[in-house]
Amino acid sequence: MSAATASSLKEELALYNRMVLIRMFEDKAVELFGQGLITGSTHPCIAQEATSVGACAALRPDDLVLATYRGHGIALAKGSDPRHVLAELLTRTTGCCKGRGGSMHLCDAAKGFLGTNAIVAAHIPIAGGAALSAKLRKTGQVVACFFGDGASCEGEFFETLNMAALWKIPLILICENNGYAISVPTRLSQCTPDIADRARGFGIPAATVDGNDLFAVRDATAEAVRRARDGGGPTLIEAKTVRWERHSGFSSGKYDNPEEAQRWKKVDPIPRFRKQLLDLGASSGDLDAEERSAREIIDEAVEFAKSSPLPGPESLYEGTFTEN
Amino acid sequence: MAVLTMREAITEALREELRQQPNLVLLGQDIGAYGGTFGVYRGLFDEFGPDRVRDGPLCESSTVGFGIGLAITGMRCVVELEFMDFVTVAMDQIVNQAGKMHYFMGGQLTVPLVVRTPIVSRMGMGPQHSQSLEAWFMHVPGLKLAIPSNAYDAKGLMKTALRDNNPVVFLENVKLYGTKAEVPDEDYRIPFGQARVMRPGTDVTLVAISGTVPDAIAAAEDADKENVSVEVIDPRTLNPLDVETLAGSLRKTGRMIITHDAYRTCGVAAEISQRMMEEAFDYLNAPIQRVTGLDVPVPSGQLHHSVVPDKNKLLGAIRNVMN
Repeated sequence: MSAATASSLKEELALYNRMVLIRMFEDKAVELFGQGLITGSTHPCIAQEATSVGACAALRPDDLVLATYRGHGIALAKGSDPRHVLAELLTRTTGCCKGRGGSMHLCDAAKGFLGTNAIVAAHIPIAGGAALSAKLRKTGQVVACFFGDGASCEGEFFETLNMAALWKIPLILICENNGYAISVPTRLSQCTPDIADRARGFGIPAATVDGNDLFAVRDATAEAVRRARDGGGPTLIEAKTVRWERHSGFSSGKYDNPEEAQRWKKVDPIPRFRKQLLDLGASSGDLDAEERSAREIIDEAVEFAKSSPLPGPESLYEGTFTEN
Repeated sequence: MAVLTMREAITEALREELRQQPNLVLLGQDIGAYGGTFGVYRGLFDEFGPDRVRDGPLCESSTVGFGIGLAITGMRCVVELEFMDFVTVAMDQIVNQAGKMHYFMGGQLTVPLVVRTPIVSRMGMGPQHSQSLEAWFMHVPGLKLAIPSNAYDAKGLMKTALRDNNPVVFLENVKLYGTKAEVPDEDYRIPFGQARVMRPGTDVTLVAISGTVPDAIAAAEDADKENVSVEVIDPRTLNPLDVETLAGSLRKTGRMIITHDAYRTCGVAAEISQRMMEEAFDYLNAPIQRVTGLDVPVPSGQLHHSVVPDKNKLLGAIRNVMN
C-alpha cells in the first residue's frame, strides 16, 4: 500500500467513524425520546448517514452548512461535538444552543454549522444569502444547504435557484430525497422522478447520485465545490436515499408499502461503506476499532447530556435581543 | 441645519451609513438605477454600485431570507418591501427566522437586518396596497419596530436601526415622505424606546402613530380654540414602547386618545390602552378612546378617506373625553 493510499484510508476510516457515530447517536435519540428525555419532537436521519458525511468530507472547515430539522447527523458530520448536540436535544444548558433550540434548532457557528431550521425550505434563501456574503467578502467559502424532497416543492427553493444562478453564488444545494414528506410519497408530490431536473431549468448544473454511497456523494460534492470556488456558481446534488424511521418521534408515520420498507433495509449505507473500505485494504480490526471508538464517544455524550442542568425560568428572556 | 423632506432624510441616513459601513448592503426591487418606488434610493446606486445597492427578482420571502443570510455572516443588510401589504409574502422570514434566530441559536448568531417598507394607507390604492400592519410585528418578541412621523425622527431612527444588531422593521408612511423638517447637519441618532412630545398640553393626551401625527397636531391646535389643551405624543418606536412617557402624560391629563390608520381590532391602540390601564388606571377621568382605521378592507378611490382617521374625527373624540 502506497503512503498516499494509506493516508487516504486513514481519512476514510475517520469518515466511517463519523457514520457509525451518527447511527449510534440517532438510535440513542430515538431511545431517549421514548423515555421522555427529549421533549417535543425529534427527526432521526438513520440510513441517511452517507449523504451528510460524504458531502461534508468535501468541504473545508470554514465552509458553511445549513440544514433542516432532520439535521443531527449533518451537525455531527460538520464536526460538532456529540456531547453538545445531544445536550441540546435534551435542552440542557450545555447544549450547543444553551438548550433554547432543542432537536430541531441546532447551531454550531464555530464549526461553520449555521443551523437547522424547522420551517421547511426557509433556510434555503438564508443559505443563499450566506453564499452571496461569501462572494461579496471574497472569503473563498462555499455554502452547502441540505434539505429534503418535501422542501423542493416550496416556493423559496425555486426563488433561491433563480437568484443563485443569476448572481453565480457559491451555493451547493444538497437534496436528500428520502422518498417521503412525512407520509406522502414522492410519487404523490413530485411531477418528475428526479428533483435534479428542476435545477437544469435554471441553468444550474445538477447531478442525481446514490445517496447511500458515500464515495458517490463525496465526489459529486467535490466537483460542486471546485466549480463554486472557481466562480462557477451553484450546483444541485440530488442524493437518493431512504428513511427507515418514522418522520419524527412524534408522528405515527406508517409507510404505505411494507415490502418497500423491507427493501430499504437492504441498502444500509454503513455495511456498504464498510465493505468498500475492506476492498480498499482496511482490516476488520481497524473498522471494529472505529466502531468501539464511536461507541465510547456516544456513551460519554449520553452521560454528559443527562448530567447537565436544565435551564431555569430565570433565564427565559435572555437572548430575545442582543446587546448592541 | 438643513430642511429636508422625510424621504430625503431617510436617503441621507442610508447614504451616510453606506459610506461609514463597508459591510452594509441594500437588497430589494427597483432600488437600483430606478431609485426606489418612492424615490428613497435616489443617487445611491450611482455612488455605491450594484453590489451594495442590489436590485433583485420579485420574491419578497427569499429576498428577506437572503438578507438574513448576509446578516448572520458578517454583513449588515437593508431589505425593502415595496408596499407594506407585501409583508404577507415574507412573514415567515421576518417572524420565524429573523425574529427568533438569535434566541433559539443560544445567541450564536445575530441578525443585523432592517426591513423597511412604506405604509401607503392614504393614496386610495385599494385593499392590497393600503394597509398599516404594524400591530403584527409589535406582537412578535425579537423584532424591533420603528415608525417615524417626520424627517428629523426618520433620519435619527434610521441611523440607530443601521447600527442595531437586532432585526428592525422600519415603517415609513408615504403620505409623510414630502413633509419637511429641520435636520441637523451633524451626525445624530435617536435611541429606540423614547417617545416624543410633539406638542405639550394639560387636558388630553393624544397618542398618534405615523400618518396620523399631522392630523393630531392640527386637531390639537383647533382644540385650543375651545380652551382644551391637548398633548400630542408620537411613540416613534412600538418595540420598545416608551410606556413611561405615555403613562406620565396620562397621569398629568387624566384623559387619553390613541389614533392610528391601522385596523381597530387588535390594533396598537388596544395594546397601549391596556398598558395604560395597568400603569395609570387610578388617574383616568374618562375611558381611553381609540380613533383608528375601520375594520373593513380598504376600498380603492375616494372612499378610503372614510376609513382612516382625520382631524374632525379626532376633534370629536377630544370633545367626547372632555365631557
